[in-house]
Amino acid sequence: MTRRPFSPKVVTANALLEGDAVWLTTDDRWTRDIAEAEFIEDEAIAQDRLLFAMSQAEIVVGAYLADATASEVGPMPTHFREDFRTRGPSNYFHGKQAGA
Amino acid sequence: MYHYNDFDEAFVRERVGQFRAQVERRLGGSLTEDEFKPLRLMNGLYLQLHAYMLRVAVPYGTLNGTQMRQLAMIAERWDKGYGHFTTRQNIQYNWPKLNDVPDMLDALADVGMHAIQTSGNTIRNVTADHFAGAAADEIEDPRPVAELLRQWSTDHPEFQFLPRKFKIAVTGSPNDRAVTKAHDIGLRMVRNDAGDPGFEVIVGGGLGRTPMIGKVVRAFLPKADLLPYVEAIVSVYNLLGRRDNKYKARIKITVAENGLETIRDLVETRFAEIRGEFNGFDQELLTAIEAQFAPPEFSVAPTDAYETARAENPAFRSWTDTNLAPHRADGYAIVSISLKAHGETPGDATADQMRAIADLAEKFGHDEIRVSHEQNIVLPHVHKSDLPEIYEILRPNGLATANIGLVSDIIACPGMDYCALATARSIPIAQEIATRFDELKLEHEIGALKIKISGCINACGHHHVGHIGILGLDRAGVENYQITLGGDGTETAAIGERAGPGFSAEEIVPAIERLIDAYLKIRSDAEETFLQTYRRLGMAPFKAALYPEKEKANAA
Repeated sequence: MTRRPFSPKVVTANALLEGDAVWLTTDDRWTRDIAEAEFIEDEAIAQDRLLFAMSQAEIVVGAYLADATASEVGPMPTHFREDFRTRGPSNYFHGKQAGA
Repeated sequence: MYHYNDFDEAFVRERVGQFRAQVERRLGGSLTEDEFKPLRLMNGLYLQLHAYMLRVAVPYGTLNGTQMRQLAMIAERWDKGYGHFTTRQNIQYNWPKLNDVPDMLDALADVGMHAIQTSGNTIRNVTADHFAGAAADEIEDPRPVAELLRQWSTDHPEFQFLPRKFKIAVTGSPNDRAVTKAHDIGLRMVRNDAGDPGFEVIVGGGLGRTPMIGKVVRAFLPKADLLPYVEAIVSVYNLLGRRDNKYKARIKITVAENGLETIRDLVETRFAEIRGEFNGFDQELLTAIEAQFAPPEFSVAPTDAYETARAENPAFRSWTDTNLAPHRADGYAIVSISLKAHGETPGDATADQMRAIADLAEKFGHDEIRVSHEQNIVLPHVHKSDLPEIYEILRPNGLATANIGLVSDIIACPGMDYCALATARSIPIAQEIATRFDELKLEHEIGALKIKISGCINACGHHHVGHIGILGLDRAGVENYQITLGGDGTETAAIGERAGPGFSAEEIVPAIERLIDAYLKIRSDAEETFLQTYRRLGMAPFKAALYPEKEKANAA
């Protein structure tokens, strides 16, 4: 059985208090900006970081690994759902795009 | 309308207090998320894509001015100044913070409202015909029965952990405006041969990934037997419903797998067992509730001013043509206030709009407001002589759109702009379709047409029963929209049929335009609606319009 190559990940979750999307950084912070997130290219590290995220139950809810790609400014989402999570809804200028 | 008694008040306050303590324990770390989640869901609090979402019950869609004003206050104080009215006649706030929610629930309790059982595997908010108590075609106002069901189902100890959620809809009219055939239980008021009112009981309807039209389990149920009979159905389902597979857990699957006859036998047996336990208290309660739903004292006044305004003001005339429905009282009309201004989000109302509606209801509408499952607001009791003044107040508030039942009166779920379950966006598609047909100025020529959009297979946007249904999916990482045709949510209910391959977000609005162009060309006359044309001619001409390349290829 051939294993599919590991696609790079970021660890993401929702903040416990506000519910908005957050990403895990290399120095164990939760950031509102995916560009600051830890870009994970190794599966074992991804699992380890996810376990760490899941232990942060007093800060975040529902941590999971999301596909990401590298860019000059930092990690970027690859799927449209994750892309929406970095911005907010399309019908109003609310959420992250409004700096809230 | 129903006003809380001391018991209701104490119960709701106690629940708020419990939830406040639960939130504190979650924030303090003594409750895990796994422990907390079912508790927050029992109180209507979801975690969505960008924030928490609080779903507030509007029982059978009925509000008064004070309640609507409080909803506006809550929107401004703890949210972003608006609320979203849903296809279950509820209101959702999209941006609450977890530690504010207990205060929001207390503010709701101040006006006799709550968010209990708006989520979870429980009996959800009972929905009703939004014209209840006003409709000209009505046998009886179904809301006292809906209120009785609310009281019976709230915190019912046997039904807090059902196999899956459970939705009941009730209508008092032969014209079904409550989509009763797409509910777990649908109750349609009918008369028996002796002329007594009772219910046709429908079970096993539902939308979602396995859409089904409900089946009649009892053709005539005397009104007095309603509670034990409904309890018998839910009780049978509670034991028989599949807990091993979430996708097979709704009663529609229970009915399909066991057969209607088996379900009927089990229900009748259970009914016979428990009927005696209902020793008349439920009927006393119902009588007391009915007294609170006594119709308002309708005034008798001339309607000349209304007729004059209609003759003089074409915009007003157009609005009255589309947004009024026949009322049972002479000189009165039922007013639908569209929350579908072209290009706006279906079902959204700002705090200012909510207050304007509250003012209108108090001043002109016997203090009654309804939320429709089609995501509009209804003033059920308005004297026609007041309509010109009402229209002039609605206009500057962005509430005078003359499009009820037309192509831009679209149901759309929140979709992936908010919902964590969604597979694609719904709102922008609704906005684009409405904007496009407004530009074309074709809306009134097209006539009655229901477009319904869901952003995932769960079908909150009722796409299966849209004349044109649109289902948003994720196809290999791209939003893709499937079209179904011929759905119908009324007494002639039908599930729409899939037209063919889906369309991208860029292609879907032109596809809808081709579909409607085809309808305009092939309808027998201007009186034949889209649905009637579809029923007369079937899928073929619409398919040809949707997929012209395929047609060309076939012809070659």
